[in-house]
Amino acid sequence: MAKKSQTEKLCSLEEAISRFVPDGVSVAMGLQLESMIPFAAGHEIIRQDKRDLTLIGPISDILFDQIIGAGCAKKVVAAWVGNVMMGSAYNFRRAIEDGIPRCLEIADHTNFTIALALHAAALGVPFLPTYTAGGSSLFSRNHGLAEFEAPFTGEKMGAVRAISPDVTIVQAQRADAFGNAHVWGNLGASPDAARAAKHVIVVAEEIVEPKVIASDPNRTVIPGFLVSAIAEVPFGAHPSPVQGFYNRDNECYREYHKATKTRQEFETWLHDWVTGVKDRKEFLQRLGEDRVNSLKVRKHAWSARADFGN
Amino acid sequence: MEAVRATEIMVAAGARELRDGQTVVVGLGLPQVACVLARRTHAPALSLLLEIGVTNMNPVDTPIGLADSRIFYRATCWSGFLDILGMNLHRGVVDVGFLGALEIDRFGNINTTLLKEDSGKLRYFNGSAGGNDVASLAGRVIVIMRHEKRKLPTAVAHLTSPGFPGGRSRKDLGLRGEGPQRIITDKAVLGFDRGTHQATLLSLHPGVELQDVIENTGFRMETPKTVPATPLPTPEELRLLREEIDPKNVYLG
Repeated sequence: MAKKSQTEKLCSLEEAISRFVPDGVSVAMGLQLESMIPFAAGHEIIRQDKRDLTLIGPISDILFDQIIGAGCAKKVVAAWVGNVMMGSAYNFRRAIEDGIPRCLEIADHTNFTIALALHAAALGVPFLPTYTAGGSSLFSRNHGLAEFEAPFTGEKMGAVRAISPDVTIVQAQRADAFGNAHVWGNLGASPDAARAAKHVIVVAEEIVEPKVIASDPNRTVIPGFLVSAIAEVPFGAHPSPVQGFYNRDNECYREYHKATKTRQEFETWLHDWVTGVKDRKEFLQRLGEDRVNSLKVRKHAWSARADFGN
Repeated sequence: MEAVRATEIMVAAGARELRDGQTVVVGLGLPQVACVLARRTHAPALSLLLEIGVTNMNPVDTPIGLADSRIFYRATCWSGFLDILGMNLHRGVVDVGFLGALEIDRFGNINTTLLKEDSGKLRYFNGSAGGNDVASLAGRVIVIMRHEKRKLPTAVAHLTSPGFPGGRSRKDLGLRGEGPQRIITDKAVLGFDRGTHQATLLSLHPGVELQDVIENTGFRMETPKTVPATPLPTPEELRLLREEIDPKNVYLG
């Protein structure tokens, strides 16, 4: 593994994806469930027409559906795939039911088993034990789960095999040029996924001076030495919400549901919003200034200051 | 006053399953409404945990909605999966877990993954998310769902989340907690027999006929000789639900 010392890793999202997401790798993203999903990074993966990816994430909302529909994925390792607001995700269903646009392999998890799998990899151990999922169909649909008798107690338990993604993509509110990233809100499995991965790409709403990060080190969820690339992409998680920056664009999830019922409709949607768009900046222009502004956080609620002095 | 809706009976019944001071893992939707109602009435010291890592949110202007940071406003703690699903749920300190279901069978096993069409073709839905973890690990599990024959089969097409698989003891399967205790539908409240682990009828919502429930249940169910009526929400509960908790009818409508 390349040494990631305290060097600047700031680059464009295009370059980050191009360098660290080659064809055939496993990519963990959407690790905070409905919040802070790296949609801009996912769209860049689609634009660069990556192939044979394994997508890893608890639910990912509609991001995995888009990447599956674009034909970039061969396998999904997840606890839930769909459109949280609307239910079904049509591309996922077309792929798994009918092999359109290509066949999709799936490894079923629960939110906890996928968190444990990433935590195991983050600890560097081959598996972790759990009581969850006994007697369920999960064990027959995921080779990364096995029953075993626990040492010391003799209990029947499940073993969850470690998952080490080739690359984890984490959305952050702010980061410095070295990749030290402040994240706040619900964290899901992000801290574990970052530590489980061979490479980490941080997508930040804003790049700040290192002294801003050092002013509140408890908020650094991803330390920079773990990070391979960092890109500044305002509104990079839209339509998912980013605490302190923008709210969820519920309408977008409704529109996507309506606009992707058939394969043909999805292809139009994909061209309009991803492949026919240069980058996130152009995406936001297409979305329109009024809509973008309407999503921005207006009622601020600042935390109390914490004294890190001596 | 506007007639009481089935959803209001459901969330009031859900709220009454909760005791003050308990710790509850809850998802979005009617379960969340039931918990907020309990906290606003008889259980102010209820602790609500969302699996994504939110503890005791206090939303102000959008009390109920989708997974938006606005809903998690003034939470007392934000963490992640390992905290909520691991160090609380897995450790065994969560008293009650609420779940929804695509299908639930007579042994309380839940399917949220796939259905088999008559042609034999599989139709995929979404999967477990944290549902399996709640079903496997919470002290008591309460399911809130619509009462339809196809949603209440003798055996689920796919066992996403365990109740009493095969009618067996949960302990033998390595599961924790007492398993499913209630199925609250828009017609009735079901419980589970302690010996056979099979679903039984506990109460009918006011105005619902026994025959209606029997015809709309896919499995054979024990029914008591006289079936009690599910209590209606109190006027104060209705006021809270309609004016403060879900005034836009996001979930109750």
